[in-house]
Amino acid sequence: MVSVNNNGNSSSLIQVRGLNKTYHRADEQIQVLQGLNLDVDKGDFVAFMGPSGSGKTTLLNLLGGLDVPTAGAISVASDEITHMSSGKLTEWRARHVGFVFQTYNLIPVLTAFQNVELPLLLTRLSKSERRQHVETALSIVGLGNRTRHFPRQLSGGQEQRVAIARAIVSDPTFLLCDEPTGDLDRKSADEIMALIEELVAKHGKTVLMVTHDPVVAARAHTVLHLEKGVLVEGSKSRQSVTAGGVV
Amino acid sequence: MAIPVIYNFRSVISRWTSAIVAVLGIAGTVGVFVAMLALARGFRATLVSSGSYDNAIVMRAGATSEMMSGISLDNIKVLQDEPGVARTNGDPLVTSEVVVVAPFPLRSTGTDANAQVRGVSPNVLTVRRNIRIVQGRMFRPGLSELIVGRNATNSYSGLSIGNKVRFGGGEWTVVGVFDAGGSAFDSEVWCDAQVLDDVYKRPNNVFQSATVHLSSLDAFQAFKDAVTKDPRLNLDVSREVDYYAKQSQTMTRLISVLGGLVASVMAIGAIFGALNTMYSAVAERSREIAVMRALGFGAIAVVFSFLIEALLISFIGGALGCIAVLPLNGFTTGAMNWQTFSHLAFAFRITPDLLLGGIIFALAMGVMGGLFPAIHAALRPVATTLRSL
Ligand SMILES: Nc1ncnc2c1ncn2[C@@H]1O[C@H](COP(=O)(O)OP(=O)(O)OP(=O)(O)O)[C@@H](O)[C@H]1O
Ligand SMILES: [Mg+2]
Repeated sequence: MVSVNNNGNSSSLIQVRGLNKTYHRADEQIQVLQGLNLDVDKGDFVAFMGPSGSGKTTLLNLLGGLDVPTAGAISVASDEITHMSSGKLTEWRARHVGFVFQTYNLIPVLTAFQNVELPLLLTRLSKSERRQHVETALSIVGLGNRTRHFPRQLSGGQEQRVAIARAIVSDPTFLLCDEPTGDLDRKSADEIMALIEELVAKHGKTVLMVTHDPVVAARAHTVLHLEKGVLVEGSKSRQSVTAGGVV
Repeated sequence: MAIPVIYNFRSVISRWTSAIVAVLGIAGTVGVFVAMLALARGFRATLVSSGSYDNAIVMRAGATSEMMSGISLDNIKVLQDEPGVARTNGDPLVTSEVVVVAPFPLRSTGTDANAQVRGVSPNVLTVRRNIRIVQGRMFRPGLSELIVGRNATNSYSGLSIGNKVRFGGGEWTVVGVFDAGGSAFDSEVWCDAQVLDDVYKRPNNVFQSATVHLSSLDAFQAFKDAVTKDPRLNLDVSREVDYYAKQSQTMTRLISVLGGLVASVMAIGAIFGALNTMYSAVAERSREIAVMRALGFGAIAVVFSFLIEALLISFIGGALGCIAVLPLNGFTTGAMNWQTFSHLAFAFRITPDLLLGGIIFALAMGVMGGLFPAIHAALRPVATTLRSL
């Protein structure tokens, strides 16, 4: 269940309260997020939409601990992340967040296998356990037979699949996808979305996704719009969206 | 766990044109560094190997080289009877020597260079046992005959067996070539000390040094004590090895200081080359770094990763520099021996520890060139970098 009104269930997986983000550029102050609230439960699939520059990437960066808010609080599975030191935040990211970017961001000199293995190097898993996890993740995204390929030897859609495998391999608490289909043609985009839907439906993943594409957004459980620094509920959802819903 | 080294390895290879600047800078610096040290070592080794541990050299008290020393025949007669002097059939193994320099044309340039001419006692080969006649024969006492060292016969035209040469107002015949095992004697020309005194019209029965073969290695102290305490003598006694080690010091220091200076200047250039390579590596791969950071690799891991990359590059440079100068090992060159103002042939001496030193020097340059770029890489804000395309 997703809520944007500061009244979600206190057991929500992700709780965002009064989130502010102001950028300073020269003398200018850009208020991007202004008192944003959000509650997301485990297993939810949320799409964020909004015009360019509305702050979608800013929001994902804050949720993923890549940036710190000007004010407000974010807690994930009861961990308050806004006051963590940058070292702690780095460890937290490794454990809880899987990132999927528009431009895939694979490491070009590493093979698909090695790219997917990267997050596991931060765990205590043995070499053979890592191998097993990587092979599982790559077979979930349908690339079990491309382990030794380098990114430049893969199509855009395949690169994004590797990136998704990298995001899920360490079984993070949630996935953050910033326009995951933004660089793909319709067919590849559909395949990627089918994959993300499967991750939610079959593997119980929690996914927060930014997209410009209404067709892509429509596949999420909930669509939220970023307007004037806060989230408002979209017109469309497949499952329950509670407007101010008290459970 | 850290960012895998394969990442750095492949990155360096895929951007080898950028790495080549740092690699060549470091290779050149290490090459010069190793070559200079090899030169100093070779020079020192040549002089040190001239001395034998079981020989003692005796000179006038206070004299720092044979050139400045003088000993009378009377003194030498006293010396011969001191304890510790080895004897065969009752004869003391002592060579009383006179040293002059004489110019001979070098084969290489045709110009004259001074060779050290040493007048020795006819029994010299029983005192300096590491010296063998390898061609021809020993000079005959009382005749104007020369035996020449291996390097001397190779370096100077005219110093070959059967040739007659003029110097010091006399005419001499080369009758033999000796091998002194690569020591300074190999660059010398030897003859009968008495004849040399006559030809140079020097006062007879005055020598510059005496070299004594000791009855045993331990006999040195007894001999030295006896000589220094003897009221009839005013002489200094040193082990022959120590004397030659001391002779090598000035030149060895000169080469080391000069070499150190040149290597330092080059090192500064090489470090800037490495800095440049590493900064551009960090700039080109800022997105990759940000992605690693997003995945959960810490700032320290990034610093280490780029340091390792700098070390990798500098190791390749160091190894290349070492390999490049390795053929110099054993290559014979010549220099002025400032103590005697004579030409001395010696060989570059490259030893494993010298190569190790070169590699360590390279790695040090790598650290200095890589540290700041590595820290810079780790401090870049992740979100901003991921945003920029
Ligand atoms: N580091 C920064 N310094 C200053 N301003 C910034 C910075 N990052 C983002 N902004 C500004 O914040 C606003 C929101 O940017 P953000 O990237 O979050 O928008 P977005 O919704 O993701 O846009 P898009 O759909 O184009 O990706 C923009 O006006 C942007 O210029
Ligand atoms: Mg964006």
